[in-house]
Amino acid sequence: MNKKIIDLWVGIFVAIGLAALLFLALKVGNLLTFSEDRKGYELEAHFENIGALKPRAQVKSAGVVVGRVESVRLDKKTYEAVARLHLFPEYQFSRDTIATVYTSGLLGDQFIGLEPGGDTVMLKDEDQIKKTQSAIQIEKLISQFMFSKAQETPAPVAATPTPAAAAPAKVATPGAKP
Amino acid sequence: MNGIARLLTKLGASVTGGIARLGFATRFFVAILRLSGTTFARPQLLLREVYQAGVLSLIIILMSGLFIGMVLALQGYETLVRFGAAESMGMLVALSLVRELGPVVSALLFASRAGSAITAEIGLMKTTEQLAAMEVMAVDPIARVVAPRFWGGVISLPLLAALFSTLGIYGGYLVGVRLIGIDSGAYWGQMSAAVDWKYDILNGVIKSLVFAVAISLIAVFEGYDATPTAEGVSAATTRTVVTSALAILALDFVLTVIMFRGGAG
Repeated sequence: MNKKIIDLWVGIFVAIGLAALLFLALKVGNLLTFSEDRKGYELEAHFENIGALKPRAQVKSAGVVVGRVESVRLDKKTYEAVARLHLFPEYQFSRDTIATVYTSGLLGDQFIGLEPGGDTVMLKDEDQIKKTQSAIQIEKLISQFMFSKAQETPAPVAATPTPAAAAPAKVATPGAKP
Repeated sequence: MNGIARLLTKLGASVTGGIARLGFATRFFVAILRLSGTTFARPQLLLREVYQAGVLSLIIILMSGLFIGMVLALQGYETLVRFGAAESMGMLVALSLVRELGPVVSALLFASRAGSAITAEIGLMKTTEQLAAMEVMAVDPIARVVAPRFWGGVISLPLLAALFSTLGIYGGYLVGVRLIGIDSGAYWGQMSAAVDWKYDILNGVIKSLVFAVAISLIAVFEGYDATPTAEGVSAATTRTVVTSALAILALDFVLTVIMFRGGAG
């Protein structure tokens, strides 16, 4: 095989190989947006419970991605979860912004939603978001629902004085006996 | 008693023989690294090997990547659609390819396509006493024959693995977006939201680099160590493919434990 042709083929091979690597890094692995992240500013938000929020989760406002979660840790004194948020420099939020932990879809990832308030003073680098709302825990929700249901049912039983009417209600909710 | 003694001797011989081979392989690896200077001083030798190992493996790697990506998309859709998460297909295809399938499958293909060829070539050179003739002419066969083939493999495989993953992602796009009709924005968007260039892609490249060193070393070693007969060369070629495949899968497990333990983060 001619040396020139080998050179040519090896050149093509290395070029498309490197192009594939570049494609993976830029298009698939969003290297560009990742390096953009370094600009911007950081905020802290204290939550009672952040659920399954992970670092690199999105921070959204009105559905638009405005930043990412840098890290999550537990405050040693107050036992609150502290999320460090990294926001893109082009977005400014007022001081009374509310941060809430949401879940996208039923099984989706969790993200932080920001709802700006009316204050004219904007949050700066290293500020803390004062108003936060914790993640909704499905278990807590279900137990609350069950508990309130269990409390509800005996009410009509107590209202009817005749024992004949109370008997079928007892059968219907065996766990709801007072 | 005599029979048991013979059996024990046989067992001991196979164990010490295996350990001695491992020692020889290590010494051989060090010799390759020591003599690699010649390879890079004469790039024409290296280019020929990159051509033999890399360029000639392109077709099989590209076709396999495309088809594996398409199958991944089809199978992934079947499962994802049950959870109403068909939009996440881009993420599924890209993560499986970049982290696992790209490096591993392209390494297995590379071992059977290029590794076996390297072993057969060096083994036949030894059988026909070309290596001995080189030594007579004061040319070190490790520097002239073995090192360029080793480095040719080490350079080629990571590039082939990247091409494999890229074509796989394109295959997933063809099936997912064009055939099934997932939104193209969701396909690419979910993908780039979930894939991290350092955590996923760099680790994938490191994996394929480790596989490349392992396969190339096994291939040149088996060829150099082959019994100089027709059967010896054929046995060495078989050993290259089997040992490489096992080494790839075992190394993959170890690397995955090191790299991806503890979930995202």
